[in-house]
Amino acid sequence: MTDPSTIALGEARVGFRGRIFALDMTRAQGAGLPAPELERRLLELGFVEGATVELLHQGFFGGDPIAVRVAQTTIALRRREAMAIVVAAA
Amino acid sequence: MNAGIALPLAPASAVDTGLAPIVALVGNPNCGKTALFNALTGSRQKVANYPGVTVEKKLGRLSTPGGRSIQLLDLPGTYSLRARSPDEEITRDAVLGKLKGETAPDLIVCVGDASNLRLALRLALELRHVGRPVVLALNMMDIARKRGIEIDTARLAAELGVPVVSSIAVRRSGTDALLAELDRLLARLPETTAADWKAPDAGALRDAQHEADRILKAAVRAPGTPDSATTRADAILLHPVAGIVILLAILFVMFQAVFAWAKPAMDVISEGFTWLGAFVGSLPMPALLQSFLKNGLIAGVGSVIVFLPQIVILFFFILLLEDLGYMARAAFLMDKIMGGAGLHGRAFIPLLSSFACAIPGIMATRVIDDRRDRLTTILVAPLMTCSARIPVYTLIISAFIPDRQVWGVVGLQGLVMFGLYAAGITGALSVSFVMKRLLWRTSAGEPFMLELPDYKIPLAKSLALGVWARAMAFLKRAGTTILSMMILIWLLASFPEAPVGAPGPAINYSLAAMLGHLLEPLTLPLGFNWQINVALIPGMAAREVAVGALGTIYAIDGGAQATQQIGQALAGQWSLGTALALLAWYVFAPQCASTLAVIRRETGGWKWMWITFGYMLALAYAAALIAYQIASALGAG
Repeated sequence: MTDPSTIALGEARVGFRGRIFALDMTRAQGAGLPAPELERRLLELGFVEGATVELLHQGFFGGDPIAVRVAQTTIALRRREAMAIVVAAA
Repeated sequence: MNAGIALPLAPASAVDTGLAPIVALVGNPNCGKTALFNALTGSRQKVANYPGVTVEKKLGRLSTPGGRSIQLLDLPGTYSLRARSPDEEITRDAVLGKLKGETAPDLIVCVGDASNLRLALRLALELRHVGRPVVLALNMMDIARKRGIEIDTARLAAELGVPVVSSIAVRRSGTDALLAELDRLLARLPETTAADWKAPDAGALRDAQHEADRILKAAVRAPGTPDSATTRADAILLHPVAGIVILLAILFVMFQAVFAWAKPAMDVISEGFTWLGAFVGSLPMPALLQSFLKNGLIAGVGSVIVFLPQIVILFFFILLLEDLGYMARAAFLMDKIMGGAGLHGRAFIPLLSSFACAIPGIMATRVIDDRRDRLTTILVAPLMTCSARIPVYTLIISAFIPDRQVWGVVGLQGLVMFGLYAAGITGALSVSFVMKRLLWRTSAGEPFMLELPDYKIPLAKSLALGVWARAMAFLKRAGTTILSMMILIWLLASFPEAPVGAPGPAINYSLAAMLGHLLEPLTLPLGFNWQINVALIPGMAAREVAVGALGTIYAIDGGAQATQQIGQALAGQWSLGTALALLAWYVFAPQCASTLAVIRRETGGWKWMWITFGYMLALAYAAALIAYQIASALGAG
């Protein structure tokens, strides 16, 4: 699953642009939800393989949470959960 | 019934029986569903709760151009029918027609924001499996057109396999196409097919989103154009530093308004009820009836209704920020701070509102989607120092805390006041922290995942309807649950009556006084005498009433107006330890029947009300005990 050219969205910096390469729940160990539920929530908010992503904003404390543009929608989430989203830079 | 007349068999279809068919509105959060609901039904709507849960059931009536009467059901915004909490199970079952005592909808309108259709299309694909006819309404078409988004509705309808109409909730004739389509579909409703919907797993969701993306590409041109105004505004409003500064400035204006703008109206209401009480007091009638009307009914209802202006102003701001699309941003900015205490970012506004009064604060928790996060917020909201505590704090501080400067610049009295506020906030954050771990047993907590919608100009009509609905809900509560609590408190303070010619105020012979004496062994370690216990009972009606009650018990004429005299009397009667213990008690104690009544209403049952009452009482007792015992040990007992 890990590819040298991919990173977790949870570690991306503001301004990052790319595409979703995969959803990998094993990377988000600290998430507040069990893996199958976290995956479904991410999918419901439009985080699917192939969708374009751009990291728009981040919070003041520890750069958390982050605001991500997924295709046409802007979603706010914490880096902890965004670790499950594997992205490839555009 | 006349047995001689053969009654026709009731037809199976609700349309033919003359019962208005039910049309359910389902859509993503922020798709303009509520604006559409308001445009379709106007003021012919009512908000109720589904039994036992916190989910609102919003039902409205409308008539189509074809003369058809329709019941419109507005369901909470969702990305999927899949239930993620007990509350969402209710929404799901309502759509599926599995809810006991609720009729299944005859038709489902899937509402989608035309400028942001991607997630709505996936929801529409899912809704096709419910077994009811589905219409996709492309809402806010005007905004989409302005942004250069072109939608081929015929192609969209063909790909999705459901009729597609456009709607503009903000225009007078913007809902005509939708109404015509409802008429056409309801004229000959197909037999309901068996629902083959089942909760989608990750694979199904993934496939459906890919299918939605394919349809979007085929039928919509330039779907991904970001709103430039939103992009520009967010560059400032979501800036890590400037964003927080602006948020604080907005909040400052908001609370300034809640206190300052509401004051004249509150004074008028308060004077009105005082006048009414005095008027009733001057009428010839039996003394007991007079006392009931004046002290029980008028004073009781008045003490609650006086908060109406604050509630109206607060909800005006909350709904304005929500409709603007700013509320999700405020949650984003505050998430880290709130999250540290186990609270959701969205809990910020309700908790801040509770500084004015916990009642609107608790009502404002409806912006929190997750049930546990919402319950945590409701439970800790009464710990925020509300404005009704101020008269009590002021009375005791001015009587017992010397008016001198510390460190040369800070007044000691102000410092104590600040300390009381800080104690309330610390208490609220600690309780939510403990609750999250003890009660919910989750260490990480519900993830914060939230769509940041494009900014929109709010609609005056929607805003007015929203504020109106909140005000009505509050008045209804004041008129039912709260009123009955007030009457109970009056009964306790008035019966049995004082014997003729007995010395001292009448309340000293009442059930409240008996309770006060009875509780004395329990409150002695707190330094509370029986007079304090008695004052705390009418203080349940509203915290500041305790001030007047203390005046009555210590037989000071002039009631609450004579605050200074009461203070002098107290300074002569109580030790400093007792005063500090009472302050500590007031920080935590569940001294407000109205708040408890609202918690019961908002949580849909008695359970959470009693939990709140219990934990606050325990905290208050512990805090007062510690305060008194330490003060005594230092020689101030």
